[in-house]
Amino acid sequence: MSMNTTTNKNYTNFFQVKTKHKGLLAWLLTTDHKRIGIMYLVSILSFFLVGLTFAFMMRLEMLTPGPTIVDAQTYNSFFTLHGMIMVFLFIIPGIPAVFGNFFLPLQIGADDVAFPRINLLSYYLYLAGAFLALYSLIFQTHIDTGWTFYVPYSLRTGTDVTLPLIAAFILGFSSIVTGLNFITTMHRMRIKGMTMFQMPLFSWSLYSTAWIQVLATPIIGITIVLVLLERSFGFGIFDPTLGGDPVLYQHLFWIYSHPAVYIMAIPAFGVISDVVATFSRKSIFGYKVMAYSTMSIAFIGYLVWAHHMFTSGMSDTARTVFSFLTFFVAIPTGVKVFNWVATLWRGTIVMSSPMLMALSAIFLFSIGGLTGLHLGSISTDVHLHDTYFVIAHFHYVIIGGILSMFIAAMHFWFPKMFGKMHNEKVAKVGVVMYFIGANVLYFPMFIMGYMGMPRRYFDYLPEFQIYHVVSTVGSWILITAILLMFTNLLIAIFKGKPAGSNPWGAKTLEWTMPSPPPLLNFIDTPVPSKDPYDYSDHDERIFRDLKNKENIINQENS
Amino acid sequence: MSGHNENTSVDKHEHVPSYGKNVMIWLALVALTALTVTVASVNLGNYTFFVAMLIASIKAMLVINIFMHIKYDDILMKSILIACGLVFTVIIIMYSFDLFNTYTG
Ligand code: HEM
Ligand SMILES: [Cu+2]
Repeated sequence: MSMNTTTNKNYTNFFQVKTKHKGLLAWLLTTDHKRIGIMYLVSILSFFLVGLTFAFMMRLEMLTPGPTIVDAQTYNSFFTLHGMIMVFLFIIPGIPAVFGNFFLPLQIGADDVAFPRINLLSYYLYLAGAFLALYSLIFQTHIDTGWTFYVPYSLRTGTDVTLPLIAAFILGFSSIVTGLNFITTMHRMRIKGMTMFQMPLFSWSLYSTAWIQVLATPIIGITIVLVLLERSFGFGIFDPTLGGDPVLYQHLFWIYSHPAVYIMAIPAFGVISDVVATFSRKSIFGYKVMAYSTMSIAFIGYLVWAHHMFTSGMSDTARTVFSFLTFFVAIPTGVKVFNWVATLWRGTIVMSSPMLMALSAIFLFSIGGLTGLHLGSISTDVHLHDTYFVIAHFHYVIIGGILSMFIAAMHFWFPKMFGKMHNEKVAKVGVVMYFIGANVLYFPMFIMGYMGMPRRYFDYLPEFQIYHVVSTVGSWILITAILLMFTNLLIAIFKGKPAGSNPWGAKTLEWTMPSPPPLLNFIDTPVPSKDPYDYSDHDERIFRDLKNKENIINQENS
Repeated sequence: MSGHNENTSVDKHEHVPSYGKNVMIWLALVALTALTVTVASVNLGNYTFFVAMLIASIKAMLVINIFMHIKYDDILMKSILIACGLVFTVIIIMYSFDLFNTYTG
């Protein structure tokens, strides 16, 4: 109906609000979840661009065998810094910190998160960790252990490991605090009358992610402390020459880091669900099953960590058990893919840029996930472990399914966050280029990995060159696509046309308010809907509910 | 726009345990510590570890439930603790597949 499409000019949005601080301070000291979300967006994207630069240079180095632009030691630092920045500063905080902060309260009808100040603290912990890492990057000898910090090498390397490890520890705190905040928000701040099963699936994905953040992150924290102690005082927990057990380190690391891949992936699944529902003009198929599968992925994620360690000298029993359990991940993930497809079925599909990206993500994520099964069976993994096959696997998942959904989320929610509309044509060109670039970049890696090209090497045999060249060209396409889409959005912030409150005809609660949202989000207290994907005609629905009530009363009276 | 939620921050600390009860619990903790020390001097063979852990667990339960007020808190607080315990148990069981098959064989 009418109200949700007209822009209400008689309110102050959260950008315009006057607080007791002015200028930059009004941002740096804010406790508004929307401003914090935007600060995260700016910081996270900045670090993402640093990580992207390292990726660009690594691919350039691999263009020819032997030294191309850097020497071996520098290359080792490149992949370490690329991995660390992308994992700890970009993809793990990623979607929850930016879009979770901004949209979780809006989706559940709250005026902020449960602990707004702790939310700001979590942002500063993030910044502190990021700057420590950056300090080490600029002023110290560059860490060369890989993002996995495997002992005993990380205990012995002459490069500066200490500061980056402390940085990772602090970033972990930020993650835990955000998780606690989100769990509490969803339990305590839902609008009166809304049950857990009336939250959109994006909120559900944040819920299950938050539990992993709270329960798994402390394990990496302790592990990091143990490595630091061992490096400084020679405790002998991990170092075999002191009677320690290096395989124990790998267990501890992956007990966190496998669940961590679900910290990365589950929010992306949540975005896919909301985008697919919106642009199929339907409620999501199998809503409850989707919510349950989100939770069970999080749980099963705890049972498979040692599939990263099949060649580490673990016991055969453990190898068999972990390989067997890895296959169970496919069940809830399969449920999701089938339900997305079922949602599309007979929907009125609108091919907007977020929708195109979501469809591409479902496809690329499936390739990434299914090759995970090759790696999850011991016999094939012994051959494929530590080759480019693994690199291809996880980049298909992360670049194809997660970064892509981060970018899709940027486009999907951009009109709500900034009140402006971006150029959809340019965005769609970007998405298509992104899809092509990702495949050209990563598919050759499957082939050369299968042929035996080891990962983390700066040199290679001549027979691999053709694959490396194709892959490097792919990196140029992909990076161009990303920069194109970012620039498009940046221009739209200044020059975009006003978006109105609901340009996509989306159906979740956050689209019923004007864009950009007012400071305390809802001008009138919203009335929760039974179906989280049925807020498209907010006024009409309330009217209908009232009518129903009237009818019932009339019937009772007559 | 605040306070419209059924669940919003009702202070749930009406059941503050009494002074006397706190002292009782403290005495119990001291007694259990004494027990731990005493048992340590008895040779229980393979069971030494389990007995020590059992006593420690009882002490932890008392501290968590009474001193940390979890007993009087709502289901959300309890479930966070239960989830931690569950994850910890799962991890130990899964790890034992490696541990007990590598070092004894
Ligand atoms: C959900 C999204 C996923 C993400 C973000 C992800 C990420 C990763 C990453 C980053 C690595 C490499 C770690 C390293 O640096 O050594 C990896 C390896 C691996 N992944 Fe995935 N993965 C995902 C899904 C899956 C699935 C669904 C499976 C199996 C069912 C799987 C099985 C494996 C295995 C077995 C390895 C170890 C390969 C080896 O090192 O030999 N992954 N994954
Ligand atoms: Cu894994």
